[in-house]
Amino acid sequence: MVKNKYSKRGSSPLFLTVAYITCIILAIISLFPFVILIINSTRTSVEVQQNPVSLIPGTNLFKNLEFLDGKNNFDPLKGFTNSLIISVSSTILTIYFSTMTAFALVAYDWRLRKPFFTFIMAVLMIPAQVTGIGFFQFMYKIGLTNNYLALILPAIAAPTVVFFMRQYMIPALPMDILHSARIDGAGEFRIFNQIVLPMMKPAMATQAIFAFVTSWNNLFMPMILINDPEKNTMPMMVSLLRGDIYKTEFGAVYLGLFLTVLPVLVVYFLLSKHIIAGVALGGVKE
Amino acid sequence: MTVGTPNSSKRLKRISYAKYGYLFSLPFILAYLIFSLYPTIYTAILGFTDCEGIGNTDWNILEGDVFANFKWVLQNELFKKTIKNTIVIWILNFIPQITMALILTAWFTSRRNELKGKGAFKVIFYMPNIITAASVAMLFFTLFQYPAGPVNDLLTRFNILDKPYNFHADTTASQLVVAFIQFLTWYGNTMIVLISGVLGISPDIFEAADIDGANGVQTFFKITIPNLKTVLLYTLVTSLVGGLNMFDIPQLYNQGGPDNSTRTSSVFIRDLAFSNEFLYNRAAAASMIIFLIIAACSAVLFYIMRDKDEAMRKKEIKAAKKASKLRGGMEW
Repeated sequence: MVKNKYSKRGSSPLFLTVAYITCIILAIISLFPFVILIINSTRTSVEVQQNPVSLIPGTNLFKNLEFLDGKNNFDPLKGFTNSLIISVSSTILTIYFSTMTAFALVAYDWRLRKPFFTFIMAVLMIPAQVTGIGFFQFMYKIGLTNNYLALILPAIAAPTVVFFMRQYMIPALPMDILHSARIDGAGEFRIFNQIVLPMMKPAMATQAIFAFVTSWNNLFMPMILINDPEKNTMPMMVSLLRGDIYKTEFGAVYLGLFLTVLPVLVVYFLLSKHIIAGVALGGVKE
Repeated sequence: MTVGTPNSSKRLKRISYAKYGYLFSLPFILAYLIFSLYPTIYTAILGFTDCEGIGNTDWNILEGDVFANFKWVLQNELFKKTIKNTIVIWILNFIPQITMALILTAWFTSRRNELKGKGAFKVIFYMPNIITAASVAMLFFTLFQYPAGPVNDLLTRFNILDKPYNFHADTTASQLVVAFIQFLTWYGNTMIVLISGVLGISPDIFEAADIDGANGVQTFFKITIPNLKTVLLYTLVTSLVGGLNMFDIPQLYNQGGPDNSTRTSSVFIRDLAFSNEFLYNRAAAASMIIFLIIAACSAVLFYIMRDKDEAMRKKEIKAAKKASKLRGGMEW
């Protein structure tokens, strides 16, 4: 199938048909969850139960909202604020320090540069879950459970982002610019902040989306570190929606789920032009 | 492999700046040591201790059989099952995911066939990734609800099924749904990373292939894929790590059920450590075993994806060095 499409020169109608149909099907599947969330959050439980998939919005939005007033620990506003504090701080830390580390790996010749990069490639494969137990014990000892610092500070060291930034920086950062900046008397730190960071914008935007989404959606770490309901993050509140009180309140559950997605949706559309443009990684451009 | 003068003069210029290399990587190194390496070692040590009970931080290394926790975990039937589940669900999701992502990458970066609306498709395909995994899992749980969920509703309305089917009670169906959710949430992300990789390949190589008369398939397999190696390795490793640690979706879709068929190893660890008995030591041992499995799988990936040409070149240089030493020739 795939082979035939490619062997033809120019845009063959067969290729285009197959490609468009595939893309449209995927687009429908990908948008489906969003449509369901939005439509059903405006409908009553009875409507949802009788006819769960519908494209016509209902009129029960505000009633559903009333049900999510925070009485049952599900407080969208609080969850939103908590998650926002954590996600914004960790995204900024991740992006800034990963770019800095990548800069150290690309721009300078130091003896441990190669071993350090090998080390980063190796620790890509150590996931947070594996260190979870030790991390919890460590945080418990120094009294950082129920403290957002325990969720934010580790973001400084993000091996996957460093890898991505390095791959992007190699072709994108001409060394000559650094040399001329040095001749003009700029210090290394200033070069990084005023020349390198602006040049890295497209890659930073892409990684910012990834980092924000990862942090916003993180459930494992907050779940083991935080047990104060006041400090619950958005995904933790979502897991509450499985509780018995919501068994019959389908509209409210959908609205709750939609509210968890809304902020990320906003951030995403603000940065999505970088997804469309794409960033070039790896190889050497001329 | 000539060492040209501009290159070495650049190196000379850079040499006095070496300390900045260390300085700029210092925050990363410190944060890594404190928040990742130390907890990893701590976890490894806990596996050999008697650390149990809620909030317990007072523990001793086990007397007698220090490997008791590891043995307990390895003999635990549920643990074996969770490992199997994790691998099955990962494969069910990853093979379609990487295939679809590669096909889309080929289409969207094809120089011959301009697809209209490429940008919009990219934005839409990435969208499922931004929904909280917990929310998607919940959503699919309600979609497949029995007897009156939307899926059952549609299947019976179009007479595909006579009567509603209880998907939540079917082990295979549950695994497939979890794998599908994983696919849906990650294929866009993988596609974006792969496209970034392709954009970085020098256009000259593609032009040369074009002039030599290579067709689309040939270009993709002979030029794009080999030049994509580093990025592909990154995708494989991160997805392997993510997949073998999947937690939110299985936890929230059906809470590991039915019959533990969607209980993954991360859910197993969390249950062991943070519910009921607080068996930190056994959970730590289980974590380490999973870590070893991940490390072994990654090592295999690294080996398969290694740059064969570079390995050859290194060998040649080594051999040449040896030869020149034997001849008592020039120092390298």
